[in-house]
Amino acid sequence: MRLALERRAERSIAMALVSPLIAVALTLATGALLFALLGKPPVEALKIYFFEPLTDPWALQEIAVKATPLVLIAVGLSLCYLANVWNIGAEGQFLIGAITGGWLAVATHGTGAGYWVLPAMLVLGALGGAAYALVPAVFRVRFGASEILTSLMLVYVAELLLDYLVRGPWRDPKGFNFPTTAEFDAVAAMPTLIEGSRLHLGAIIALLVVAWATVMLGRTLKGFEIKLVGAAPRAARFGGFSDKWLTVVTFLISGALAGLAGVIEVSATVNHLQPNISPGYGFTAIIVAFLGRLNPAGILVAALFLALTFIGGESAQISLKVPLDLTKVFQGILLFYVLACDTLILYRFRLLPAPKAVHGIR
Amino acid sequence: MADAALAIASAPDKPVQPDELPLLEAVGVTKLYGHFVANDSIDLEIWPAEVHALLGENGAGKSTLVKMIYGLLQRSAGEFRWQGEPIELPGPAAARAHGIGMVFQHFSLFEQLTVAENVALGLDNVPLAGLDERVAEVSRNYGLPLDPKREVWRLSVGERQRIEIVRCLLQDPKLLILDEPTSVLTPQEAEQLFRTLRVLRKEGRAILYISHKLEEVRALCDTATILRGGKVIATCDPRAETAQSLASMMVGGEVGAVRSDGQKKLGNPRLVVRNLNVTPDDPHGVKLDGITFELAAGEILGLAGVAGNGQDELFAALSGEVLADNADVIRIDNRDAGRMSITERRRLGAAFVPEERLGHATAPRFKLSDNVLITGHAASPMVRRGFINRAQARAFVDRITKAYDVRKAKRDPEAASLSGGNLQKFVVGREILREPRLLIVSQPTWGVDAGAAAAIRQAIIDLAARGAAVLVMSQDLDELYEIADRLVVICAGRLSAPRQTRRADRGEIGMLMAGVGMKGAGHAARA
Repeated sequence: MRLALERRAERSIAMALVSPLIAVALTLATGALLFALLGKPPVEALKIYFFEPLTDPWALQEIAVKATPLVLIAVGLSLCYLANVWNIGAEGQFLIGAITGGWLAVATHGTGAGYWVLPAMLVLGALGGAAYALVPAVFRVRFGASEILTSLMLVYVAELLLDYLVRGPWRDPKGFNFPTTAEFDAVAAMPTLIEGSRLHLGAIIALLVVAWATVMLGRTLKGFEIKLVGAAPRAARFGGFSDKWLTVVTFLISGALAGLAGVIEVSATVNHLQPNISPGYGFTAIIVAFLGRLNPAGILVAALFLALTFIGGESAQISLKVPLDLTKVFQGILLFYVLACDTLILYRFRLLPAPKAVHGIR
Repeated sequence: MADAALAIASAPDKPVQPDELPLLEAVGVTKLYGHFVANDSIDLEIWPAEVHALLGENGAGKSTLVKMIYGLLQRSAGEFRWQGEPIELPGPAAARAHGIGMVFQHFSLFEQLTVAENVALGLDNVPLAGLDERVAEVSRNYGLPLDPKREVWRLSVGERQRIEIVRCLLQDPKLLILDEPTSVLTPQEAEQLFRTLRVLRKEGRAILYISHKLEEVRALCDTATILRGGKVIATCDPRAETAQSLASMMVGGEVGAVRSDGQKKLGNPRLVVRNLNVTPDDPHGVKLDGITFELAAGEILGLAGVAGNGQDELFAALSGEVLADNADVIRIDNRDAGRMSITERRRLGAAFVPEERLGHATAPRFKLSDNVLITGHAASPMVRRGFINRAQARAFVDRITKAYDVRKAKRDPEAASLSGGNLQKFVVGREILREPRLLIVSQPTWGVDAGAAAAIRQAIIDLAARGAAVLVMSQDLDELYEIADRLVVICAGRLSAPRQTRRADRGEIGMLMAGVGMKGAGHAARA
């Protein structure tokens, strides 16, 4: 007997739903093993990591706050990935959005500008992210450069640009030489939803984006085009859809959403520009997009789960004395399992009789 | 037997075979795909020191047969014998272990690696030490000049083919299979290849040579087996035949039933192509050279030709997947369309059915109701202001299903789950139900069972009778004789002058397909 993978006649819808759950289960099992190897009680550790945050109202709000940028970025990335366009640089587009949006807050600081500042910041953030995403898109379409490499490399450019700005021209003169800009004025701050909480209007924006993406992908010709170009490029050309133009469009949309997430993040939670404004949202969102099946509603659920790993990682660091980097390990393992389990959507395991012996070879 | 004796006589230094057994023998080998018989009890003998040609049109079953010999496919019935003993070939490794090597039409090489590294990757259990020298030695001995240290991306197509041949020769094969080796070569490279093959024959190796180039087969091969419709039609000595007699065996000697209805009344020209030249990006592609023809309303024009002579390039240029250099070289309904996108051409009333059903005409993993959108989104109530009307799309699938009897497991399955014939009926029906004024269809009944093929041909005839202009590209000459009013032949990117089907002589068409008598044809086509 031998185990073989056999192609299914049609993709399994049940497996498409179950496979991320299997991946999560495998991640938890691997996590338990990892904790055991670190000399921590595995069950207790997993409880602190994945379940305790769910019982604490403050932690629940924090999960929503951390999920907000993940949802915004991952929805944009899912459009790219569906179209077979590999934007790996959402982190950079996020930072540029924070910079272009944050610029307005810095420029209007102390001028008594009105309530137009925040909406204008959001627009500028989205435009900045889109413009930054246009660079790898154009390189790919015009010169055939791999967008995987160019978009990723531009992340480091954005990080260094932010670093330069907050240490140089935009540094708060009254900031005791810390590398930050001045605190944003009230008109540049994202309103909170509940008094005294950190939950902010960005969460509502993220939900609106999910709703928009659901309709766009499910009901419109543009959504059909995105899926067709990714799944069957030759059929898409036969249908009259241009893969080059779509590369540009999906990069622009995902860059805009990442930029929007960036400016929302600084105006809502950080309130000024500084070198570290993201714990790697742009990269974690890649995992969110795949765990969420590149589906907007799925991304919402997946973003909450990945946000949980951020919160759980922090509490595990405090109570278990494990390094914070363990969060990244968990996220990496999760992506690994998600991609592996996806095989089950198109294939199934079958036990086959052993192959016949080869005759005639002497 | 006689051929083998002849080969021995003409090559005295060849090692004498210990026994009088064929090297490889196929006895009643049959391959079924569902109900489709790709190979129908094939009998074949390949002798040592023989260059054996396998001739046939596309779809005749040549590839299926050699893939079984190389272990890539498993036969449904029959037996292979190797030096008289029955053998099983569960995979290419087993075939190689017996001494069977194969050079494919499309190479599998890593562009960034060197010649020697590519050779090493393709070998089973060959010591890597000294491989450079061995590659150099083999390439020198057999007249296959190659630098082992050169990266593949620097090499011409002919040099890349040499890597594949050297890779096979390092395994010391007794039987070497070559799948249309000269289709990608210049005449000079081909001549060099023939010299190598003659050396190999002298060493007592057998060569199974797949081709449709008849002159080449006559010059090189000792024996030819001709396949048609999955059956062996004849085994002969090609040197004793003419290109014409080989062509007629390939395409079928009998003259098809000529259509009895009288001269049709043709309308105005719907499609006018004047001096269309296209240079392909792909090195395997064919350059279109001065393609010129007219297609009138109500007419079916048949385009015959051996595969890979520019049909794909012509289809892409006519559909708009590849744009022409000038707008006026393609005119649809008196509008310059050469620079129009495929969507704009569809809005002019054109419809297209490509050869490849899965991946080109349809997205395999998309539902049929999505697949109708691929060609229907430009002008139909299925899409309004950018929004898709799913109910309309499903209703259109139902109409196609009803009109063309598409059999499927459920109302709206994925395209890939349909059988070839049913998917083809869906793809043709999807275009014809849109009532196009111009239909360009490639291989309309390729790999389709007889019943479905008849239904599709009838649908095409009916569409033309309603006033549409139809261009049918097909390698099935019987099909073209059955439905086309006029015939043109494409060979090496050039078009012959059109002929009335009723007066076109099959032998002559076969010769044109083989490239005999095509000179200057591109300019004569204006007749």
